Amino acid sequence: MVQQSKPHPDLGVLSRNHLQLLLDAIKAMGYRTIGPIVKNSAITLDELDRVEELPVGWMDAQESAGYRLQERRDAALFGYVVGPESLKRFLYPPEQRLSEATRTRNGWKIEEAEREVQPLAFLGVRPCDLHALAALDKVLLAGEYADSGYKLRRENTMLIAVNCGNPSGTCFCTSMGTGPKAESGYDLALTEIIQNGGHYFVVEIGSKKGEELLARIPHDTASQQQASDADSVTAGAVKKMGKSLDTSGLHDLLFRSIEHAQWKDVGTRCLTCGNCTMVCPTCFCSTVEDYTSLDGVAAQRTRKRDSCYTMEYSYIHGGSVRYSPAARYRQWLMHKFATWIDQYGTFGCVGCGRCITWCPAGIDVTEELRIIRVSEILDTMSASTKES
Amino acid sequence: MNTRVNDPMLPRSFRVQRVRRETYDTFSLELKPARGNGGYKFSPGQFNMLYVFGTGEVPISISGDPLNPQKLVHTTRMVGPVTQAMGKLKKDDIIGVRGPFGTHWPVELAEGKDVVIVAGGIGLPPLRPAIYYLLKNRDKYNKLILLYGARTKDEILYPRELEQWRSRFDLDVHVTVDRGTGDWRGNVGVVTTLIPKAPFDHTNTIAFVCGPEVMFRFTVIELLKRALPHNCIYVSMERNMKCGVGLCGHCQFGTTFICKDGPVFRFDHIKDLLEKQEI
Amino acid sequence: MDNIEKLIAEHAFFKGLDPKYLKLLAKCATIEQFDAEDIIYREGKPAKGFYLVLQGRIGKEVNVPHRGPITVQTIEEGGVAGWCWLVPPHNNCFTARAYEKTKTVTMDGECVREKCLEDQLLGYEFYKRFTNVIIAQLQATKLQLMDIYAVQS
Repeated sequence: MVQQSKPHPDLGVLSRNHLQLLLDAIKAMGYRTIGPIVKNSAITLDELDRVEELPVGWMDAQESAGYRLQERRDAALFGYVVGPESLKRFLYPPEQRLSEATRTRNGWKIEEAEREVQPLAFLGVRPCDLHALAALDKVLLAGEYADSGYKLRRENTMLIAVNCGNPSGTCFCTSMGTGPKAESGYDLALTEIIQNGGHYFVVEIGSKKGEELLARIPHDTASQQQASDADSVTAGAVKKMGKSLDTSGLHDLLFRSIEHAQWKDVGTRCLTCGNCTMVCPTCFCSTVEDYTSLDGVAAQRTRKRDSCYTMEYSYIHGGSVRYSPAARYRQWLMHKFATWIDQYGTFGCVGCGRCITWCPAGIDVTEELRIIRVSEILDTMSASTKES
Repeated sequence: MNTRVNDPMLPRSFRVQRVRRETYDTFSLELKPARGNGGYKFSPGQFNMLYVFGTGEVPISISGDPLNPQKLVHTTRMVGPVTQAMGKLKKDDIIGVRGPFGTHWPVELAEGKDVVIVAGGIGLPPLRPAIYYLLKNRDKYNKLILLYGARTKDEILYPRELEQWRSRFDLDVHVTVDRGTGDWRGNVGVVTTLIPKAPFDHTNTIAFVCGPEVMFRFTVIELLKRALPHNCIYVSMERNMKCGVGLCGHCQFGTTFICKDGPVFRFDHIKDLLEKQEI
Repeated sequence: MDNIEKLIAEHAFFKGLDPKYLKLLAKCATIEQFDAEDIIYREGKPAKGFYLVLQGRIGKEVNVPHRGPITVQTIEEGGVAGWCWLVPPHNNCFTARAYEKTKTVTMDGECVREKCLEDQLLGYEFYKRFTNVIIAQLQATKLQLMDIYAVQS
């Protein structure tokens, strides 16, 4: 009993009833809160003001090419994982006006488009999505050229993460080292605990901003017991992952397998619909489109999200470099699990499972990679039995 | 001049000073900033993203003299809607420029060596800045050899300049055409046939190769047959580009982004990728 | 070694050939000089033999009605022009014209064929060299056919 009441100095505890105060404090600090809501039979992201707008008592059953919401037996606010959307919808929007040009007497005048930035607080960000954000930061901010729009939006972002206790049938964050507990990259991280009639959140502070936010609302210091309960939640999640992936030597394995027969096989199944690139939280490819007014005096350039699965993506005069679906699938998969490492130092995949859930053809990246790995082992074995 | 001050996606306005028709489908634009008198500094082999207002933007190699920054020159072939529109521009028209981007022909590594430049078709414009540079610093290099292949004699680019270069004693110029028409009495055959007899010392040579991928792949085979090491050959790659600054993802070639890790590559660095299809 | 033997020995085509064969082949050889625009041989006519180019340039042409002669290939110093003498009906495949002052060692086809029959090792050396030339030219021709500089559509 003495153990239970000893405080854990780094953790706070917030009762479920006080969560609304958290939302109010976020608003008072000048942010609009974006969080999960139920819409169109899925967990999507939208602006919210009230705790009741969260998917209270919902969970998600996800599998290859399958997504369904189910009612829980409790009133958990965060009893699900990720829906088809991710933070990139807000931080690197599907359409961004880049510049506007107007015809003048002696030519054209071109100006950067107005950037309107609304500070946004994201509530309920999963650890995998935090890693995805870190990946996007590397792509869009850390290179020789940064995306100025993303930079501005990112500087005005607050992140309230929620650790996972209920991974879905397609989650494999443990294989990718990205969850189920948030380690860094957040302002506050919450772990939801419902037990013994109590419903509360253990809170970890991740930044000065998070500290400031927490200070504005009534909360206690967590006890050792509460801290250990929070650990149990995520420890339990580790055991419930829907998928797994052996990532050892994966980069080199893929480079050895560029001409593997499996690509042709998946090419017969892949519809090149690009769903995976839309739901993936790290996919960043874009294109630029030009629009001219009918009278030809105004022109604008707009960045639009793009997918490597289209024929236009690799088009150079005469044709597309990757004209077969197999080659386009290979490009995407190898980028996530091999070339991203050469380019940015980490995997491009965070194990969120969205691509597996939302692929209409039921293609599972963990399966495809497993087949390639196993076939190489089998080839090595049969080669050595031939020799002996 | 620093083009990274503003958003890298914002083009700078340049004015067309001169349009020169090179062949029936290839033209050169000479540009100058619309405001100010600053020159345009670039390294040979780099490219700009050229924006035709209202139509679109394309990556085009810079083909002018890097030591004469007052004139920004691009030689382009009309192959799509943007380049077609570009070909219709006239003197004083405004065009948007972003750049310079990409890696360059490593002329600094050529000192004390023989330099073999192999150009195929529209591959000559991106090499011309390197030729200018090498000629301006001529005494730093041993032999300079230019091998250039064009489709027919009417498609030879910069014919007057080639004649001038050919008349020099310190530059070996060989021009060949794929098809000999009319009164052409020069070499007829693909540019790779010029390599076996090119007078360079394979133990001390650097090669710059530019042209369609098929052409440079076979050119490299001939250079390797002459025992030129893989790491002494540089080629220029091309891919779809939408941003030129490593953010849109389109120009990826294996682990590289052609817009920032290229377009000039040392051959051994991309040799394995070139052997695979649809990369 | 007399003059013709020396010229044959120095030509890239016969590089490394046993001197006893050079002597033999010299009996089939003559030196010829052509001025610019001289026709060396005509398409369809019986093939005299082959030409080792010592200096100058030979253009291989095909005559296309309404368009005049199109040059499909040129042979320069170190190259060999004319192979159709090797196989029946032993007629020229193209028209060959000198594009500048050109000097050749001309090898009589029938003479060479006879010598190869008499000494099959010579025949082997000969066909080995010719195969290399033909393969190289075929590769180059295939590249030409690909029309790699054309705008793809």
